[in-house]
Amino acid sequence: MTEVREFGRLMQGNEACAEGALAAGARFFAGYPITPSTEIAEILAEKLPQVGGKFIQMEDEIGGMAAVIGASLAGLKSLTATSGPGFSLKQENIGFAAMAEIPCVIVNVQRGGPSTGVPTAPAQGDVMQARWGTHGDHPVIALAPVSVKETYELTIKAFNFAEKFRVPVILLLDEIIGHMRERVQLPSPSEIEVIDRKKPTVGPDKYYPYQDDGTGVPPMANFGDGYRYHVTGLVHDETGFPSNKPEMVKKVLDRLHNKLAKHAHEIIMVEESNLEDAEIMIFAYGSVARSANRAIRNLREQGVKVGLFRPKTIWPFPGEQLRKHLDNVKTIVVPELNMGQLVGEVERAAAGTVSVIPLNRYDGELITPAEIVAKVREVL
Amino acid sequence: MFAQIEEYFRLEKMPHIWCPGCGHGIILGAMVRAIKELGYDQDKTVVVSGIGCSSRASGYLDFNTLHTTHGRALAFATGIKLARPELNIFVVMGDGDCTAIGGNHFIHAARRNIDLNAIIFNNNIYGMTGGQYSPTTPYDKKATTAPYGTIERSFDLVELAKASGATFVGRATAYHTKLLTQLIVQGAKNKGFSVIEAISQCPTSYGRRNKMGDPVEMIKWQKEHAVNVKAAKNMTEEQLAGKFKIGVLHQSEAPEYTAMYDEIIARAQQKVKK
Repeated sequence: MTEVREFGRLMQGNEACAEGALAAGARFFAGYPITPSTEIAEILAEKLPQVGGKFIQMEDEIGGMAAVIGASLAGLKSLTATSGPGFSLKQENIGFAAMAEIPCVIVNVQRGGPSTGVPTAPAQGDVMQARWGTHGDHPVIALAPVSVKETYELTIKAFNFAEKFRVPVILLLDEIIGHMRERVQLPSPSEIEVIDRKKPTVGPDKYYPYQDDGTGVPPMANFGDGYRYHVTGLVHDETGFPSNKPEMVKKVLDRLHNKLAKHAHEIIMVEESNLEDAEIMIFAYGSVARSANRAIRNLREQGVKVGLFRPKTIWPFPGEQLRKHLDNVKTIVVPELNMGQLVGEVERAAAGTVSVIPLNRYDGELITPAEIVAKVREVL
Repeated sequence: MFAQIEEYFRLEKMPHIWCPGCGHGIILGAMVRAIKELGYDQDKTVVVSGIGCSSRASGYLDFNTLHTTHGRALAFATGIKLARPELNIFVVMGDGDCTAIGGNHFIHAARRNIDLNAIIFNNNIYGMTGGQYSPTTPYDKKATTAPYGTIERSFDLVELAKASGATFVGRATAYHTKLLTQLIVQGAKNKGFSVIEAISQCPTSYGRRNKMGDPVEMIKWQKEHAVNVKAAKNMTEEQLAGKFKIGVLHQSEAPEYTAMYDEIIARAQQKVKK
């Protein structure tokens, strides 16, 4: 085993996601096969029962999401994995999880769309779907790892956020991150922080399932533990029962949003490198950030003052963190594997103070370092 | 009568939203009487519902209750049951909820033979949205979306459940409440997927439009058109024409899903030890 620890092991991104889920304490998976996410289901079908967990291949994507919510309500940390078309099918129930505040993790290994699109090619086409896919105003967290190792780490984070804030958390991989293999050295279990949902500290007679305890996140009792309560997708008051009183509707929606806003500093994770003296910022996330890193290295060698801003947390969008750099940088280049999605948020944060230049590919190929170098040279 | 089952209701949530003359309250009463007879611990009992008139039932009951999305109640319930097989789960659905938008989950829950009790409140119509035709609206009936009469054939829920693999299937009506209660008891005791079709009346959105008379007339219709499966054995096809059977209509043996999954866990853990 020491050998393995020292040299690490060769691991695929989807495998790292499955291993991260297990390390985070996930004990339930329900899903439906879809490229390029299927390895996550396959690995968990094998490994979950080994640790006493449960795996079920459901009849469709919608059922997968529903079963995940049911299992979480019964006390098991739960996840599903999918890709664009399946992610669309899950959206109604993701909204249910947001409204009923049921912790769960949805992995979306993005592929080219719309529709069946290019199923085996990478894309970052679901960035806006991750934010606004389900109907209505709703809270959501979405994370985008850059490497196999970070996929492992952010999968654990995704569960921790889901449990702590009682929200659906979306892990946005892309086909490159999901299928790429890298040598990784995983942390030992003692190095991993695992957060479990807050349980009620009062007896069933005093338990109000949706009462704010001051943190914005009500303690959650599991079904079957003696706290009999009602869960609904209708707007509900502290007791969990439906209410359509305007003041209650507003109060509930405000709390659902504020519970994330209040803890934004904890949820938002970014990597900033070479930005101290940078005149040009490259804003990149997921697999594209790998090309960006290489481009920056090349450009720096040529004396170009360029740095990287990489959101690991895409939603909530790290606008405040980005704005800190706006006094220094003159231009932000935003490479994305789509026709321009998160670039709109960058423009919103920049609010016209610096120029924001998109660089897009949506042909199923990745963005090369050379393309980023060329774009930076063009805007210098 | 109600006093005997009062403890299972959230009385503060009354009165219920159902229209005067609706059969759903009677069916819910039968379901709760069955749970009382079964002696289930309220803390260990879960009622899951979908969307529609019948699905409001969960909110009135003092169990662990989950009011889900339209058509998905069985899929949510599958997650709960697999996570905690020791819980007793009743899944309350309407005909449209269960067999149109939720049809896929219905046939696959039956195929898996997972230990859930599906209670379908079949009033042959989408009541909550004001009377659109459902998969169980009979041929040539009027609905707001079939102003000239329906041209689709209707599902026989019992046949659908049987063909899909349910191991206990029964049918009763809002008139035959004692039978209904007994069917729910028997279904709950079946270790596997049980389906109880409870025929209900919707005077507001179905009966009125189809000139079926007041709620009393509609209940009489149930009485007159239902034939107990035992009596049906001695009847000719001509005598049975236009009637429907009630009672225990199907029972079969098959391994139950969560029990089989426990064996998978044992097998997987054995493999790790090796």
